[in-house]
Amino acid sequence: MKEFRHLEDVATLVLDETKCIGCSLCTEVCPHQVLEMHQKKAKIIDFNACMECGACVNNCPSSALTVNPGVG
Amino acid sequence: MKNKKKTQASTSGVTLMPSMDQINDNCCGQGADLPSPQEKPGYKLCNYVDKFITTEVGPVPRIKTKLDIRDRISTALVRCGINRYRYTIAPGLYGVGDPDKTSEVLVTANFKLTFDHLRRELATLNAWILVLDTKGVNVWCAASKGTFSSRELTNHILKADLDKIVDHKRVIVPQLGATGICAKAVKKESGFRVVYGPIRAADIIKFLENKRKADSSMRAVTFTFLERIILTPVELQIVLKPALITAIVLFILSGMGPGFFSFSGAWNRGAIAFITLAIGMVSGAVITPALLPYIPGRQFALKGFITGSLAALIMAGLIPAATASPSTGLALFLFCVTISSFLAMNFTGTTPFTSPSGVEKEMKRYIPIQLTTLVLSTGLWIYSAF
Repeated sequence: MKEFRHLEDVATLVLDETKCIGCSLCTEVCPHQVLEMHQKKAKIIDFNACMECGACVNNCPSSALTVNPGVG
Repeated sequence: MKNKKKTQASTSGVTLMPSMDQINDNCCGQGADLPSPQEKPGYKLCNYVDKFITTEVGPVPRIKTKLDIRDRISTALVRCGINRYRYTIAPGLYGVGDPDKTSEVLVTANFKLTFDHLRRELATLNAWILVLDTKGVNVWCAASKGTFSSRELTNHILKADLDKIVDHKRVIVPQLGATGICAKAVKKESGFRVVYGPIRAADIIKFLENKRKADSSMRAVTFTFLERIILTPVELQIVLKPALITAIVLFILSGMGPGFFSFSGAWNRGAIAFITLAIGMVSGAVITPALLPYIPGRQFALKGFITGSLAALIMAGLIPAATASPSTGLALFLFCVTISSFLAMNFTGTTPFTSPSGVEKEMKRYIPIQLTTLVLSTGLWIYSAF
């Protein structure tokens, strides 16, 4: 999917690494591999691929992720 | 013994003719071989069910893994937007193959197209299928609409008595369902653990063989040429009604001229405007999606401007009347480009990679431009008649 890119720096995805408990579920559910595990913590590695689907936010057990698109 | 009994069954002591014993075989056929225990007055077996599996909690329909001609015809119609919102199957528990208490439970949506996609991949599998009520919408869209949800999944797990159907406590949910499901909430409410399966049904067998682990290719969304082109008939179908209204307006506008209104003008110039509309539609809703990664620019509206410009130039080369005067040519060019750009922008809603924030930004930027070109085009079109 790297050949498909929409606008840069628009996504509202925020990761609070201090809240991350390292379960890695977010890396499983993200359809665009935006997140990756680094030293038992999730890390945003491809911010501009985020389509704000909310899968990671929904499944994060420690509410470390948020996404807040407008009315869209 | 059997034959004897049959002849004695004759009325009023009259012995039936011996040939009548064969009546069933020769004259009236064998009679339909119905799956009798499933027959109920007023009910008809769905074409995708072949029998019922007996379980502790009652019969569970077993589904076929081969699509028949009816499935294929209805798939083609739905892909063209016909019956798209009523293409559902009954939610609940189904089985495939010869499932038992150790078999996996696959969760899916009750859009028949989704269901068909899933079952045709399961020919070698014994499994349970739990179909949620998503009102005939596919898993990903239903997940973002909130119908493919934790509550819906929990309700169906409980309603189907899933803890009596299987010994293990897990369900496999398609990865794209994660947008609507919270694994933690489902576990808490139903006792079942959610395992996120692959995105595509075609990867399920491999996923299960791999001890329920998806590799990175199973987790990544794709948007291939075929995946894009198959969406385009519906892209056209959904704009058919507004296009028809636009066409009527075009014919009226085309009739305006020196003599206030002329029917021959409406017809002749209207026809060219109508062709331009059709070309703009194909450019924005078919060509742009099909060639998406090859058209320069990131913003869909810009991509639509580019394809629309090329399409308009080709049209100008082929139809001399489209360039009868500079103002005519420019009006039609701008009109074609506007339609193409708008419909290309519309396609952002269909793609699997644009974010709502990105689409909002693009629309804020391009709708004013599209309105300007539309107004310019209309003005030039009326002016060109004088």
